[in-house]
Amino acid sequence: MRAFLAFLLLSLWSGTAAMAQPVVVDLSKESVDITAGFTGTDVLLFGATSGYGEVVVVIEGPKKTVSVRRKERVAGIWVNGDQVDFENVPAFYKVLSTNSLDEWLPLAVREENQIGVEYLNLKPRGDVPAAEASEYRAALIRNKQQIEQYGLVEDRLELAGGRLFRSNVYFPSNVPVGKYFVRTYLVDKGKIVITRSIPLYIRKVGIEADVYRVAHQHSALYGIAAIIIAVIAGLGGNALFRKR
Amino acid sequence: MFLYLPIAELSVNVFLVLGMGIGVGTLSGIFGVGGGFLMTPLLIFLGIPPAVAVGTEANQIVASSVSGVLAHWRRGNVDFKMGGVLLVGGVIGSTFGVWLFKVLRELGQIDLVIMLSYVVFLGIIGILMLIESIRAMQRARTPARRRKLHQHNFLHGLPFKMRFRKSKLYISVLLPLLIGVVVGILSAIMGVGGGFIMVPAMIYLLGMPTSVVVGTSLFQIIFVTANATFLQATLNQTVDIFLAILLLIGAVIGAQVGTMVGSKLRGEQLRGLLALMVLAVCGKIVFDLLVTPDDLYVIATGGRH
Repeated sequence: MRAFLAFLLLSLWSGTAAMAQPVVVDLSKESVDITAGFTGTDVLLFGATSGYGEVVVVIEGPKKTVSVRRKERVAGIWVNGDQVDFENVPAFYKVLSTNSLDEWLPLAVREENQIGVEYLNLKPRGDVPAAEASEYRAALIRNKQQIEQYGLVEDRLELAGGRLFRSNVYFPSNVPVGKYFVRTYLVDKGKIVITRSIPLYIRKVGIEADVYRVAHQHSALYGIAAIIIAVIAGLGGNALFRKR
Repeated sequence: MFLYLPIAELSVNVFLVLGMGIGVGTLSGIFGVGGGFLMTPLLIFLGIPPAVAVGTEANQIVASSVSGVLAHWRRGNVDFKMGGVLLVGGVIGSTFGVWLFKVLRELGQIDLVIMLSYVVFLGIIGILMLIESIRAMQRARTPARRRKLHQHNFLHGLPFKMRFRKSKLYISVLLPLLIGVVVGILSAIMGVGGGFIMVPAMIYLLGMPTSVVVGTSLFQIIFVTANATFLQATLNQTVDIFLAILLLIGAVIGAQVGTMVGSKLRGEQLRGLLALMVLAVCGKIVFDLLVTPDDLYVIATGGRH
């Protein structure tokens, strides 16, 4: 609701004073909080242009190393075989645009700015033959798309009155945590006029964050606590059982 | 209602997991088995990462064994000395098992090893149980024959003999120690208590009286699974407390339902039914291993270091 009000205010404001800024953009939230009831969430992305150009928004998650393994048939069963590691792989990646990218954004611009999954700069670690590398790379993107962490094609930014744009960005329940960047490009006549980057934090909060932190930073304590809980539950269950 | 699991890093339907806990708990109550060997594959079918399913299930089994052993303790059906020897072996085995788990996980082969272990053990146990229950149903029609109390074989010639009064045995400690180690390894890798292997081993290999077998097995399972839980938590960070609590609640309710239902049903047919269920789970895993996957490539975050 707050987001919508902000959007309305922005609408009014952009009508009068947007001339100074070629593009403004904001999100309805500064962070996505993963709580116990988290099942995925929408974040409203909204902004305005001063009336010219197209807008492209790239949402990129934290960079991680990802292993891709190829399954092989050994004695009739499918087992994990060869492995290729990719470094600096965005854990999450989505593109939004006011128009179909293929039609108007030059390839060179897309490659330079890594706009679109096919232009992501994913390099395998070590010596991997080019043909094989591209196969593993395609598999990596396909698997990420399968679990909704990468977009299939660019999502459409709705453009109102030639100036205001908005879109709901969906983060699924398996969204990787960390610092995200929302980069907005204003493109006019095939050239990037201006780039804006705003951070978005996706984080576990409350008990979810505490459990995760204790499990990783104080794992011995966590293990002992898990055992104590189990013993108490076992004793409790037995006591309940005896009363009947 | 959905709950986000902080370690598994996905959200699950609370009622579905509770239902599974109650279902498996009911079976445990009816058949007197731990249920880990059914619950872990079910969790994996649900989409929980196999490593988290195994680590968390070990934690849940601590609770069900504590709950189960008390009743046997009150009736004096726990051989603490034998349990002690078994658990020394079990702690060694589960420590090695968790280490092996970590190595296999880094090699990207842990899922396969978990699945194969399940196929082998569910297959063997399911078939043995099926044969046993068919025989029992036939035997009900023909007069029973007397068996010897226990047979003597080469196992009784091993050194380091020890007297186990409660079990009325005078045998080498090496044998229970070895059984403990083997079951400990399996329990760490498969996320089971191992009762379904331990109980037959105690009866047929050690020759323990049936009355003390279940209590003693439960007694040592508490420590072996507690050790596995601790090590999975410290080495692999794969114990999800939220998931464990959901499973615990289900198991506590289910165990009561199961005991009530169990007393009203006939044993041999029940065992036959459980055998078929075990074989069905085994069949599903075999199918998953054999069928060509939709995507020949799989991804994992973290990479090899």
